[in-house]
Amino acid sequence: MRGLTTVFRKEVRENIRDRRALFNSLLLGPLLFPLLFVGMMWFLQSAEQERAEQPLELPVVGAGYAPNLMRYLEQQGAIIQPEPEDPEAMVRNQETPVVIRILPEFPERWDEGLPAPVEVIMDPSRQESNTAIRRVKGLLLGYGQRIGSLRLQLRGVSPQIASPVMLKDVDLSTAKSRAILAVIFLPYVLMITAFTGATHLAMDTTAGEKERKSLEPLLINPVPRWQIMTGKMLTTTAFAMASLALTLVSFRIVLPYMPIGAFGMDLTLGLMTLLRILLVISPVAILAAALLTLLASFAKSYREAQSYMGLVILIPMIPSLIFMANPIRAEAWMMTIPLFSQNILIGEIIREESVALTWYAMSVTSTLVIGLTLAVLAATLYNRPRLIFSGS
Amino acid sequence: MIVVRDLRKSFGEVRAVNGVSFEARDGEITGLLGPNGAGKTTTLRMLYSLLPPDAGEILIDGLDPTRDAMEIKRTLGVVPDNRGLYSRLTARENISYYGELHGLSRQQISERIRELVETLDMVDFIDRRTEGFSQGQRVKVAIARAMVHEPQTVLLDEPSNGLDVMSTRALRDYVRSLRSAGRSVVLSTHIMQEVAALCDRIVIIAKGEVAADGTAAELLARAGCDSLEDAFVRLIGSEEGLLA
Repeated sequence: MRGLTTVFRKEVRENIRDRRALFNSLLLGPLLFPLLFVGMMWFLQSAEQERAEQPLELPVVGAGYAPNLMRYLEQQGAIIQPEPEDPEAMVRNQETPVVIRILPEFPERWDEGLPAPVEVIMDPSRQESNTAIRRVKGLLLGYGQRIGSLRLQLRGVSPQIASPVMLKDVDLSTAKSRAILAVIFLPYVLMITAFTGATHLAMDTTAGEKERKSLEPLLINPVPRWQIMTGKMLTTTAFAMASLALTLVSFRIVLPYMPIGAFGMDLTLGLMTLLRILLVISPVAILAAALLTLLASFAKSYREAQSYMGLVILIPMIPSLIFMANPIRAEAWMMTIPLFSQNILIGEIIREESVALTWYAMSVTSTLVIGLTLAVLAATLYNRPRLIFSGS
Repeated sequence: MIVVRDLRKSFGEVRAVNGVSFEARDGEITGLLGPNGAGKTTTLRMLYSLLPPDAGEILIDGLDPTRDAMEIKRTLGVVPDNRGLYSRLTARENISYYGELHGLSRQQISERIRELVETLDMVDFIDRRTEGFSQGQRVKVAIARAMVHEPQTVLLDEPSNGLDVMSTRALRDYVRSLRSAGRSVVLSTHIMQEVAALCDRIVIIAKGEVAADGTAAELLARAGCDSLEDAFVRLIGSEEGLLA
């Protein structure tokens, strides 16, 4: 095993001196992802707030048919705009998010006590107009309820008759569990970090070494090839782990600055939580290091290896995307699927739910088994002379 | 002492080495001379056990690379064509790495490096990172790295590639000192002057086969020429590769 540790020590020393390795593994993931995320949240939050607090400018067609409604809208803070010539075109051209049209039969039906038609002209596929649409509909419904109650009272009927069911929310979510809504991305970011942290090292220690022509002399040393490869994979794993740990620390520092006050979330990641997440995700670092080393070993040059990596980086995204698009209840069998199980477990850890120890064990074991199988494959790869000499 | 008998290696349809036999004795410098693509590097790769031969026999001090790969690697020192140094490590770290891989102790390594720095005149750059080294400095580091464990057999692939006159002289002096120490030295080259200046025995390889072998005088006599260059052309039967 002496050869293995010698290779490990040399690769660590060499890569610590490599700015590209440090940037890719230790800076990019840990800094970029947390800042990107918090920045995005700030931006969304402030844009949303701006739209919600803006005075609502509302073009109305046929305002004359419903003067009382207009007065109500103005009392509620809407600014009624003059009748546009072509309201549909106006919405379609994004000149205004929403226009309402009072139809000519409105006064007649109103007087008869029949539902009087009001059209809301909108394009809900444009996300930025959703706030305005919600506000307009809310105002119209509010007006309708108010008039409905008045009409019942005039007829000597209690308006409560018209509300046979009373809904009451009993909210069992906690400040911690609500936090998962804000950090649903975290498992996803960590999966990607495990891979990005390993990528440069995996390529540099295999394809890079081949390209610089130092692989051939290295293999002439009296050290079994599997030890050389394992030393390299250990280095890659170590850098991926360091990348993960730094990313977690960076999130711990940055998360309290997220603009989530209004939602009543508790986003502090305690030390135990961090350690638990690290424990759950570390087999992924081994899996990533083995898989990437295996692939990069086939490449003749760093550049060729890079062209494979673009596709590989999609792998850690798949389970996270499935889980985000279609959240399902966690079950034991899911713990056997690498990447997927970590996704679920990290979610549960952040919610501070208690998770069965067997689940941890299953997740760690299944990921390790696959990771180590790939590692064994990678370790024996250079027993094929063709791969040593390709490119020379 | 290296004995090679009827060595063969094909890559698909290409017969890279097609029945090479020669001997390289201790205390002698044996030159593998041949045009580019003649099969010299493939032969060397089989000697240091990175390529398994299709047929034939190799014995290095009585050991067979296909059976005793680890043992053979301990007795071999190899200076490859491309040097293959680690540019982010210093010259000293490059040499220590190989020393450690050979299982030498820290003390043995620093002692060996001290000797090699003196012999190869590396004081000025031993603690500098090898990035930006001149070809001459690179060759010195590659040689020191290959010699750190004091191997009995030394293989050099195109050692004087890209060297200036002074570096070439220094290299030749060093190779001669290896001969004096009783080591078996094999160098592969396509440069005529190199074999003429250095080698005790010359093995001319062309198209994967041995075209001729013997001392320089024997080869001249056999070809009936005055200069080695003419003899070389006559013996391999073409001028192919001479201009490379």
